[in-house]
This record gives sequence, structure tokens and C-alpha cells, in this order.
Amino acid sequence: MRLSYPPEIKVIQVPCTGRVDIIHLLNALENGADGVYVAGCLEGECHYRTGNLKAKKRVGYVKKVLAEIGMDPGRVEMFNLSSAQGKRFAEIADEITARIIELGQSPVNKREKAKAAV
Amino acid sequence: MDEYKSGSNLEKILRAGHFAFTGECGPPKGANVEHLKEKFAHLKGMVDAVNITDNQTAVVRMSSLAASHLLVHEGMEPNFQMVCRDRNRLAITSDILGAHALGIRNMLCLSGDHQSFGNHTQAKNVHDIDSMQLIRLVTNMRDKGRFMNDEEIDVPPRLFVGAACNPFADPFEYRVYRLANKITAGADFIQTQCIFNMEKFRTFMHQAVDMGLTEKCYILAGVTPMKNLGMANFMAKFVPGMDIPDALKKRLKGVEKAKQAEEGIRFALEQIEEFKQMEGVAGVHLMAIEWEHKVPEIAERAGVLPRPTV
Amino acid sequence: MIVADRKSLEEILAMVREKRKILIVGCRGCVTVCNVGGEKEVEILAASINLARKTSDQPIEIDTVTIERQCDNEYVALLKEGIGTYDAVVSLACGVGPQFLSEAYPNQLFFPGVNTTFFGGAVSHGIWEERCQGCGTCIIHNFDGLCPIARCAKSLLHGPCGGSSDGLCEVSKETLCIWDMIVKKKMEQGRLTDLLKVIEAKDWSSARDGGPRRSIREELIP
Repeated sequence: MRLSYPPEIKVIQVPCTGRVDIIHLLNALENGADGVYVAGCLEGECHYRTGNLKAKKRVGYVKKVLAEIGMDPGRVEMFNLSSAQGKRFAEIADEITARIIELGQSPVNKREKAKAAV
Repeated sequence: MDEYKSGSNLEKILRAGHFAFTGECGPPKGANVEHLKEKFAHLKGMVDAVNITDNQTAVVRMSSLAASHLLVHEGMEPNFQMVCRDRNRLAITSDILGAHALGIRNMLCLSGDHQSFGNHTQAKNVHDIDSMQLIRLVTNMRDKGRFMNDEEIDVPPRLFVGAACNPFADPFEYRVYRLANKITAGADFIQTQCIFNMEKFRTFMHQAVDMGLTEKCYILAGVTPMKNLGMANFMAKFVPGMDIPDALKKRLKGVEKAKQAEEGIRFALEQIEEFKQMEGVAGVHLMAIEWEHKVPEIAERAGVLPRPTV
Repeated sequence: MIVADRKSLEEILAMVREKRKILIVGCRGCVTVCNVGGEKEVEILAASINLARKTSDQPIEIDTVTIERQCDNEYVALLKEGIGTYDAVVSLACGVGPQFLSEAYPNQLFFPGVNTTFFGGAVSHGIWEERCQGCGTCIIHNFDGLCPIARCAKSLLHGPCGGSSDGLCEVSKETLCIWDMIVKKKMEQGRLTDLLKVIEAKDWSSARDGGPRRSIREELIP
């Protein structure tokens, strides 16, 4: 099974999505990521019991921060899938890429680009 | 017969063993004295005393002290309500002295609904003392001639002191004990919260009689005629501590809307009939909320007119 | 512990609107335990402000530091280096922190980043509840360890009021009626008579009503 997903996506591996903290998501956005999504195990099937549920809450927190500062909360997302669902992984990658393209560049980059152009 | 505590009409009526009938009137949301006087006029001659509510449900209104005084001017008798939410012990004490000076002779001691129910939800609440301590404060002023700090009072105020009781709040088993405590604190009479659940009230009164409370204090049963089903639903939902049985709602629902008011009055009249016979009940407190003009009719049909004079 | 809630990002952003260089100071005391002003929260706030300012093209320089306790001059003194160089300092400690900082560094502008709410504890992970009001005269032993001053919406000493229903306070369905709990506990333990008396009015002079309070322990004064 050879599946491809959009090249714009940079995968950062963690042992469990429970390791992903609010600050990691914010740092990625601060540094110019147009979007960040967390792909965790299916709910109820975390090897560490609740890592994916914690990640979901943290994604929720960051969504609120984005809403407060006028960025689209859709730039961060949580997905759940099992390691056996390679096809689903590719689908999600397509889906989130399409969403981010729709939302356009992060305002962080837009400003920097605009400046560079001047 | 020993001396009256305040010599108010209400005290005399109760002491003489008559079935008391008190009313209620909320001061206006403004300084509209004329409107207030119109409301008073409906109650004149119909009741023994009129409760003047004190920023009820924490909605700001003309002061209960001032409105009580206006009632005295109309030749009627107020039952000046005072809540602990809006005054500390200094204000409470001075208002009590002022009340006596203005010819007010009855006072009802209350904690007060929380300000979050009202129209000034950002207010700071006081609750320096609670209703139990308020009863103690005012009766000590009257009976011992002492302020709360034990200083002597130059001409103590004489007030007939009432307290409220909600037999329908929780925990039910404790309610009669709390009533007993209010009587220990010094309450001369009790006006209950609006009664709709008659079965629960019968149980409560049995307990009160068994504990000998009705020997020490006059209990007036609270009656509020329902204007319509909407009012019943509203009270059940938004008024703290209301127990409105489904049977009553069903009864109101059972008649067409135009006749719901009559059905509400009929229920109130049936209640009053039962209270007249009920052991330990010394009278009825009729809270016709924004329905003062119906009081003469209700009083007439309840057979409590003319009001006795003592 | 002292419990606090972070101020909204909107409010904090408004505080530092014109500022170009700020310091965010955390505290390892109560606000770390209630997850509002410790090292982690300092970094999250810094990242959030930074992100907001980047997206609005008003870059800001943010330094962060978390000290042992902001309510202790010994630790406050450690901030000496560099504190005068900021346009503003945001403290994530309880209300005590920014005051100790302001007193120690009178020329520096300080902002509170949290709203200090109450003395309480975590009843479960992520949920804190008030337990004490600091009235200065503890009486909880009279109520089987349950404080009606802090936990009754009307601070009644003779409850429950007529608004108590199904064990809940009239103020909100989220709030337990502490008087319901007190009465039930007394009943269960056969000590209801404890409540059948009129308790004297409380002396509030030991509370905030008596003016700002001070504790002096002679044996500790050098």
C-alpha cells in the first residue's frame, strides 16, 4: 500500500499525543506554521490511557487563544485514527491541507512577507 | 392580661384570638406615591396589617421604611419588612428607631433574596447579621432597652416582631427546628412563604403543634392566588424555595385561559377555609402579588370581613 | 492555597498594547499549584502575546522568569537585574505579587495577569472551590468543619435560608448549599441540638471590615 500525502505537511513524531502541550502548538504557530494538527489514537484506545484525550483538551485551549487574537481556530485540529489506518492518515492530511489552503497563509507569515516585499 | 409588646393592631387581633388576615404591597419602582396610595386603597379595611416589602427579589424599589410611613399616613397599619442583605447593624438599628418614630409598630425580619436575582447583580451584599440575629437585635432593643453593643437606649422602640418561614425549603425535616429557633430568638409571629403544597404544610403544622411552637408564637399561613398558569410556571422556575405541585398546575391548565384567574382564586379560598380550621394556624397572610385590587373580593369571598377591631 | 484565574488574553493585550518590551513574571507558589501562573503558564502567555502581536504586525520582545515566591522580598530582590529596562512587567502571581514587585521596584510599571479569586483547593483535577474567606476568627469547629461564612452566599450563621432546594443554593445550581450539608451532618451524628440556639452576631473587626490586617510574631523579628 503506497499512499501519498501533501508534501507541505511536516510530521513530528511523539510517543503519544499526551506529550503534545499547549506551548508546542503555540510555538509552531509563532514560528510561522499555517496550521497544526494532532493525530492521536482512537478515543478509548490510548496506550497510555488518556494521552489523546488530554491532547484534545489542549487543542481546544489553543483554539480559544486563536479566537481571542483573531486567528481562525480551524488552524489547529485534533484527529483520531489508529496506526492501522494508513488510508485515513492520508485522507486527513488532504483534508487539513485543503482547509489551510482555504484559510490562506498564517497572518504571521503574511506580515513578514509583506515586509520583505517592501 | 400583660402589656402589649407594641400595641399594634395586628398584635391586638392575634392576642384577642381573632383569625388574622394580613396583606402585602410592594413599593413602586420609582417615587410614584400616587400609584402606591391607589394600591393601599384596595387594602384599606380589608386586612389587619399590610406587609411592605423591602427590595423584594433584590429589585430596587422605594424604601420599605418610607412606604410604611406613607401607609401610616393613610390610617393603615404596615408590617415593615427588613432584609439583612442591604444594611449592616448600624443601618438596621437606626432604621428600627426611625420606624418606631414614624409610627410603625410591626416589623418582619428577613435574610433577603440574594442580589443575583435582582436588577443590581453587581451589588455588594451586607449580611452583617442574619435574620435570626435580626430578630434577637430588635426584640432586645424592645424588651431590654439595649442596643446590640449593650448600650442603653433612650426610649426603646416598640415593635411587634415577625419572622418568615419557608416550610418547603430543604432539608424539610429541619424546617420546624429552624422555626423553633426563630421563636427562641424572639419572634412574636411568623408569616410563611406562599403555600401551594397543602399536604406538606399539614405535616409541617403537625410538627409545629407537637413541639408546642404554636403556643409560643402566632403562625400566619401564606397564600398567593395564582393569576394564571404562566405565573405558576414562572414561580416554580424562578422564585427560590417555591413548591408548586403538579396537581395545581394541572388544575389551572384544566380551565380555559380566561378562567384561570378565577380558578386560582378558588384554590386560594379553599386554602383559607382549611387554614381557618387547621390547628395552630392563627391567620392568613395574603400575598396578592401586583393584584392588590383583587384583595377586597378575596377577603369578601373568604368570609373574613368585616375585620374585627380590638 | 490562593486560587486565581488568568485574565483574558484580550485584557492582557490591552494592558501591553503600546509596550515593545515586556517581562512576564511567574510564581512557584499557589498560582503554580492552581496552574495559572507557574513556569508553564508564563510560557503559554508569552507565546500567546507574541503570536497576537506578530499577526497584528506589532512585534514585541518578551522575557520570562518564574521566581520562588512573589510574596517574599528575598525572592523579589532576585529580579533586580534588568527590571528597569522593560516597558511593562506582567505578574502572574496572586494580587500580592504585583504589589510586592511594585513596592520593591517603584519605577517599574506592573500589571496583574490574573484575577485572584479565593482561598480554596482542588476538589478534583481542574476544579477548585472556595473554602475560606479569611474572616480572622475561625469558627468551623462549630459547624463540623464546614464554613458557612465562606460557603453560604449570605454567610448565614443560622441556615439554611428559604432558598435552599435539593441541597443546592438559590444562587446557582452549581453551588452546594453548605447549610444543607451542615444540618445533614449534625442530624446524622445526632448533634442537631448544636444548632438549636441563637449564635451571637459575628465580630467582623477581625475580618477585612476592621481595616488592612497585619500579623506580628515577635519571636521572629530580628
